[in-house]
Amino acid sequence: MSRTALGMPAVRPVHGHGRLHTAVPFPEAAEAELGNTQMRANIRHATHTIRGKRARVVEELPDWEELRSAGSAIKEQVMAHLPELLEQFEANVTARGGTVHWARDAEEANRIITGLVQATGSTDVIKIKSMATQEIALDDHLEAHGITATETDLAELIVQLGHDRPSHILVPAIHKNRHEIRDIFLEQMPETDESLTAEPRDLAEAARKHLREKFLSTSVAISGANFGVAETGTLTVVESEGNGRMCLTLPETLITVMGIEKIVPTFEDLEVFLQLLPRSSTGERMNPYTSMWTGVTPGDGPQDVHVVLLDNGRSAVLSDPKGRSALHCIRCSACLNVCPVYEQAGGHAYGSTYPGPIGAILSPQLTGITSEQNASLPYASSLCGACYDVCPVKINIPEILVHLRDEDVRTQHGERSDDGAAAAPARTRRTPKAPSQMDLLMKGASFVMSSGRRMALAEKGLPLGRVVAGKDRAISWLPGVVGGWTDERDIPAPPRESFRNWWAGHAGETDQRLAADGAAGPADVPHDRPGDAQPVDAPHDRPEEDR
Amino acid sequence: MSTAHTEAKAEILARIRGALHDAPAPAPAARTYRRTSGRAGAEVIEMLEDRLVDYKAGVHRETPESLPGRIAELLGASARYVVPAGIDTAWLPEETAARRAIADPNDARTPSALGVRELNAVDAVVTSSTVSCAETGTIFLTGRPDEGRRAISLVPDHHICIVPLETVVELIPEALARIEPTAPVTMISGPSATSDIELERVEGVHGPRRLDVILLG
Ligand code: SF4
Repeated sequence: MSRTALGMPAVRPVHGHGRLHTAVPFPEAAEAELGNTQMRANIRHATHTIRGKRARVVEELPDWEELRSAGSAIKEQVMAHLPELLEQFEANVTARGGTVHWARDAEEANRIITGLVQATGSTDVIKIKSMATQEIALDDHLEAHGITATETDLAELIVQLGHDRPSHILVPAIHKNRHEIRDIFLEQMPETDESLTAEPRDLAEAARKHLREKFLSTSVAISGANFGVAETGTLTVVESEGNGRMCLTLPETLITVMGIEKIVPTFEDLEVFLQLLPRSSTGERMNPYTSMWTGVTPGDGPQDVHVVLLDNGRSAVLSDPKGRSALHCIRCSACLNVCPVYEQAGGHAYGSTYPGPIGAILSPQLTGITSEQNASLPYASSLCGACYDVCPVKINIPEILVHLRDEDVRTQHGERSDDGAAAAPARTRRTPKAPSQMDLLMKGASFVMSSGRRMALAEKGLPLGRVVAGKDRAISWLPGVVGGWTDERDIPAPPRESFRNWWAGHAGETDQRLAADGAAGPADVPHDRPGDAQPVDAPHDRPEEDR
Repeated sequence: MSTAHTEAKAEILARIRGALHDAPAPAPAARTYRRTSGRAGAEVIEMLEDRLVDYKAGVHRETPESLPGRIAELLGASARYVVPAGIDTAWLPEETAARRAIADPNDARTPSALGVRELNAVDAVVTSSTVSCAETGTIFLTGRPDEGRRAISLVPDHHICIVPLETVVELIPEALARIEPTAPVTMISGPSATSDIELERVEGVHGPRRLDVILLG
């Protein structure tokens, strides 16, 4: 809505591709993952442990809220001045002997990186854990061109050797227990034998031995970056194991892939983010190692240094004033650890490289909400608000979720498209499909969440998860979700009536509101549930406080 | 620059400018968080010590007189260890037949520079440091002559790091203000560690598994 008021963007947003799409819609994927009890137990243990540690080290800082505010304000500045900052960054990297490349999408980034590796003559690269390279599915592309990429982060190595997928941003192999990891190592690492125990210490030692020769002999490394400083051209990588330092120091060629949103204006700004990130992420006062480098340092470290600046849908995210703050994310994973939905469903259900609450707002914005499968992601939340409370850069994830749900509902009804226009021309709208149950139910959710009073009501009754689940209770773990919610929230009063009755009373109202907004009217929506078609307790305008 | 570079850059910048069609003008960041320490020096040193112990680093307080003896003890009787060429040799223990310091010229292009395999074969490394942040227990190396190039403090399995007391500050903003941004910076907060397996912390993966910090003053 605000978009039309503010005028049409000159350039249409271009969305991203890569490992951003779920193969199956979230509710189905989540249901399948629920059968994996090992995964759920491990994730639960991990999220609870890390969030306890986080809370303790955050408590320790008297100025945590001031740091959060500064972090959020700096990121807003970054977004408002992104073109100038990127150009300044490029100029500084170039002046210090580095080379900057620009990649419009995943495909272009992969092509550039593959070309750079091929130019070195090497067919082996070592990698530092990087979400950007996961997002563009770089390893697949390299493999297709005869280049072997070895992940050097322990968890990423476990995932890679196990032909698996990461399940958490910070601890990607947390769904595997020590015995499973031992089995993977035994099978995949030629240096190991039956004497390998399942003790984490022994397993870490095996990984050290396995990778040491690689570090000493591989001439090309690929990394991501946590921050890129425009003022100086400095790149920063935050890590724990020292595999990052190995990759950043020993090879001759270093290629860094960085999303355009990772820029910060000044070196001074790092003083904010280097306090916010470790405490929010691992729950430590500081991670064991942080490396910074600026172009080439003669006689120290890689002498052939490249940075690939990646758009891949980020500029499209930026085009939505209500959703763009998703780009402020510093990938700490705190929001995953407090999310009751993530805790139950695990990281795999989100499909995308970005799981959890941040994934639920970032993936669909990167790909466009018209992406059929990702359109379900904004519903993968109970809107309990815990993610907002812990976010070190104060991203209002619940608000963006509600906004995206609204966008999705409107998209499905041809009111808007992803090209930035508020009213979609018919040609760009999503292939019309029979309004799904999700669709119908979400109209209800969007109605509830569009009003603070209704939202307060909903928080009292906790039924929003049920709205998402649908009447067939496809997401049968909802009681668990609500249980998780109550872990984080005080629930003042139990609901006075069942959601079913409540919903019945409001279904018609939702349609009215949508009709008033210019959305498809009730005729468009099959009322496949008896209660919906016949509101049992009209009138609709009765005070919500009564509920 | 190539045409592909120019085209991609122009298009990305145009996309971003288009995306900022509402011309957001956010307020500048208020730096109301702590930027200067209010604590006494001794308290700050104690805080650093506490954090380092928490990270499972060895921590030792020495004077210039006691320093060489401590380094000798930490190295053990027989050790080949690397030092940056710019280190104060008065800090180092006497050479014996079995214990020998190898000076690295801090420039990999120099013929006497140690190769990675040679570094992998030495027992330890002794370096100085630029600044340390007490609140987070973080030591900053910035490639100065008495700290060496990055590889020497990375590949050997035992890092003995000297922290002169006057280089200790309390806060991260104070520490960052003391370093040259374009230098190769390594921030070290304890030995290498991982919690990737069932969240059980294991010290020592790829970086030096043993970190000894000597507070010198
Ligand atoms: S959204 Fe916030 S809490 Fe979640 S990963 Fe990003 S920065 Fe961390």
